[in-house]
This record gives sequence, structure tokens and C-alpha cells, in this order.
Amino acid sequence: MARLRLTVLFALSLLFAAPAAAQPLVADLSDHLVKITLGFEGSEVLLFGAVEGGGDVVVVVYGPPENITVRRKEKTAGIIWMNRDEMVFAKAPAFYQVMATRPIGDWLPDALRERHQIGPQYLSLKLAPGQTAASPDETRLFRDALIRRKQILGHYSESVGTVAMLSARLFRTGVRFPTNVPTGAYTVEVFLIDKGEVVSAQTTPLYISKVGVLAEIFHFAHAYAALYGILAIVLAVLAGLGANAIFRKT
Amino acid sequence: MNVYLPIAEISVNVLLLLGLGTGVGMMSGVFGVGGGFLMTPLLMFLGIPAPVAVGTEANQIVASSVSGALAHFRRGNVDIKMGLVLLIGGILGSTLGVALFKLLRSLGQIDIAIKLAYVVFLGIIGGLMLVESLRSIQRKRRPAGPRRKLHEHHWFHGLPFKIRFRRSKLYISALLPLAVGFFVGVLAAIMGVGGGFIMVPAMIYILGMPTSVVIGTSLFQIVFVTANVTFLQAYQNQTVDLLLGLLLMVGGVLGAQVGTRVGARLPGERLRFLLAAMVLAVCGKLLIDLVSAPSDAFSLAVAGGH
Repeated sequence: MARLRLTVLFALSLLFAAPAAAQPLVADLSDHLVKITLGFEGSEVLLFGAVEGGGDVVVVVYGPPENITVRRKEKTAGIIWMNRDEMVFAKAPAFYQVMATRPIGDWLPDALRERHQIGPQYLSLKLAPGQTAASPDETRLFRDALIRRKQILGHYSESVGTVAMLSARLFRTGVRFPTNVPTGAYTVEVFLIDKGEVVSAQTTPLYISKVGVLAEIFHFAHAYAALYGILAIVLAVLAGLGANAIFRKT
Repeated sequence: MNVYLPIAEISVNVLLLLGLGTGVGMMSGVFGVGGGFLMTPLLMFLGIPAPVAVGTEANQIVASSVSGALAHFRRGNVDIKMGLVLLIGGILGSTLGVALFKLLRSLGQIDIAIKLAYVVFLGIIGGLMLVESLRSIQRKRRPAGPRRKLHEHHWFHGLPFKIRFRRSKLYISALLPLAVGFFVGVLAAIMGVGGGFIMVPAMIYILGMPTSVVIGTSLFQIVFVTANVTFLQAYQNQTVDLLLGLLLMVGGVLGAQVGTRVGARLPGERLRFLLAAMVLAVCGKLLIDLVSAPSDAFSLAVAGGH
């Protein structure tokens, strides 16, 4: 609650500072680090800002880029469904979310959506190099499957009408991250769009990472894998023998 | 109450995990089996990635079998010489299994390999157990019937490198237990099981070991083979989740204590029949998964890991 009050105060100060700076768009996040702790159940980060003059606000959140393999199951040997064809898409965002002040499809020109990758369907997803070229239809099928599966996972989304204008100039929205959110460096792009043109844009970084015990276990498992394996065995042996000792006494 | 698992990277209900550990632990106490063959598929049904389920379950089996192995060892129910020969095979087999696991994972075929292995082995073992338990229930009603031969001679008893195993009163080729250990080791690595459900029948029917040392020797080898799988899965694939393992262990040891007490009161044939039915149920569920058309033929994976 205290943080929210601070944020509102800050937003108000932006409102009064904005005319002097004459910046068409100013935006910031309530937090630049989303911490994944043991009890993590998703998180919401507040995005707020002020605009000068009219227009619509569009927010695009990108997760870290990763190479994603899309596989297709086919009926094999007449009975079993197994993975057959696959395509690897290079540097696809692990997470992607679009928010806007009103439904984008109604007013945002296609060319603009394509240029700024606004909307999952407009993401530029390229095949990783070194793959045998499939027909454009095939590629399209796999590309659509990537977007569809990511949407089902809750990693890709387009939620329109979620950026609220608090006054003619102040706006705010909540960027929601689910429990299965990918970790890494994110970027949040905010566009001010008026009459089909991008008037102003701003990019803000955001980090999502495991902290505390979780981060330590994960780091230990990857940096000292052999030691981690030995520790796992020792713990298991102790747990087994300990339980045995306790239950024999009682 | 949810907890975020550091390696599995998903949030799971703590009570559900504890309950699962207790339930499977209870069943392993009742039936005297490891329970890995139930736990690993259940973890996968929960949404835990297959590699993490397999690696972590191997870790839990170390905990659940170590005290049993020690108890049998104290009572002299372990044929150490036989155990060591099985273990050499087991270490080789599980090392190959973990490598095979890594290869299949990169090819995108690990899920189907795990499921197929489960369907085949659970189907065979469950089917055999069902037939055997039904027969012995019938035998109890009609005590007459032909006596089984004390010792059957097969081609594999003519293999070279014969060794005398005093504790088991056997003089057989070392290749035989080596092969059994190797085979079970591969399965342990790929399926995330201890392999007792294959090891025990193999020891009785193939090696011809006396039942008094079978359980102890099998547990002895399972502890070391699952420890090897735990180490290699952690070292090569980073798929052992300590937190998940710990939660399963807590539930597992509690459940096993309760289960042992319940099991002592139930008649043996009925128990084996129940276990057979359960094994076949898990097998059936996995088989349906394999042969029915998926709701979406496409799936995603992060290429090359993180």
C-alpha cells in the first residue's frame, strides 16, 4: 500500500513536471525487479506515466529471447503418436504481452503493428539458420503453433483496454506475470500513438529472477553440478537412516 | 500452500506433494516395492518436466531403500558377492542409460521413450503378477496340483565365467547377473525407478536365487544404482530438484511406516492381486496417452536448454 501511494505521488509529480520538460511521453515501472521466491504465485508490476497531447498508449512487454523448438506429433507405425517434424525458431521472446488503451485491431494500421511487433501475430519469428527449408505453408503452421502453445502457457497475450487513462494525461496499467514466467532480462516498450503514427516511444528494462534460497539452489545445481549430485545423495541417505532411527525408537 | 520448485521451475501445492509422497510410500510399505514406477508417472501427470521427475525420483529412492538395505544387511540377507556383480552391471547400465536419456531428450523423443518403457514393463510385470496371484488364490481353494520342478536348466546356464555364489548356493556364469544388473540399470536411468519390480523376478526365475536373499540383495544394488543415477542426472543434465526430492522423502518415509503395518495384516495373494491391478491401471493410462490423438499435435521445447 505504501508503495502504491508513493507511486501515485510520483505519477502526480510527473504530471506537473511534464509540461516543463515538454516530453510527449514519460513512463516508469513501480518495480524493475520481479523476485521469484519460494512462495511465488505470480506477480504484478505497475506501469504508469503521463502523456502530452492526445493519443493512445500501447505497452509491449518482451521476455528474454530464446531458441524455441516446435515439434509436431504424427501417428507412427499405425498406432502411436510421436514427435516427427520439428522447426527451431531463433530468438523468439520467451514472454510477450501487449496492452493498450483501446482494442488495437480497430484503429492501429497493419504496417505499424508489423514494424513495432504489436500483437502476437505480428511477432517477427525467424527460423534458426541451418534448417532445411520447408514450404511457406508448413512454416506458417509451425509459427502459428508456437504462438498458440505460448498463449495456452500464458506466456503470450494481448489484453486490450487494460491501460487506464486516469485523466487526460495520466495513465496506468498492471503488467501481470504468471507463476510459470520465464526468468531473465525483459524490456517494456511504451508507445504513444496518435492518428496512426508513433508520436513517442520509451523503453524500460525489467528483470525477473529467482532470489534467496531458490537462486542459491539453482546456481549451485548448475555451477557445481558434481558437488550438488553428491549432496543430493548424502541428504537422501541421511533422510532414510534418520527416519529409520526415529521410527525404531517409537 | 504453494511452493516454487527451483529446478522444475513450477509452483506446486506442498500438501499435494506430501500427500503423494505419503500415499506412494504407504503403498510401497504395503507391497514391499519401491514405488518409483508409480511416483514418476504421477509427477509427470502433475506437470513436472519428465527429466526432472526421473532425476528427482532416483534421489528419493536412495532415501527410501537405504534403511531397508541396511536392515537386511544386518540380518545377513544380502549376498554381497552377487550384489557386487549385479552392481558392476548396474553402474555400467545406468551410466549408459543417463547418456541415452540425454540423447533422446535432445531428439525430442524422451517423453515417448519413458512412456513406452513404462507401458511395456508395467504391462508384462502387471500381467504376470495378475495371473500368478489369481492362480495362487485358486490353489488355496483346491490344494491339489502338480509340483514345480526345483531347478530348471536353460541355455544360459551353460555360459562361461562361472562363479560360485556361496550365500545364494549357486554356481553360475557371472555374465548372467552382469546382464541383469546392466539391463535394470538402463531402465532405472530412463524410467526413474529402482527397478526392484524387474530385478526381483529376474533374480528368482533367471538367476535362481533363494527368496531369502533376493529382497536384501536387490535393495543393496538399488541403493547404489539410484545413487549413481542421481549423481549423473545432477551432473550431466541438472535435473535433480533437491526441494522436490526433500518433500517427497518426508512424505515417503512417513507413508512407508504406516504401510508396513497395514501390509502385515493383509493376506499375500490379495496384496499381489491389488498391486497387479494398480500396475496395470498406470500402464493402461499411459497406453491411452500414447495411442489417442493429442488435442494439439504441436509442442514446444527450449532448444539447447538454458
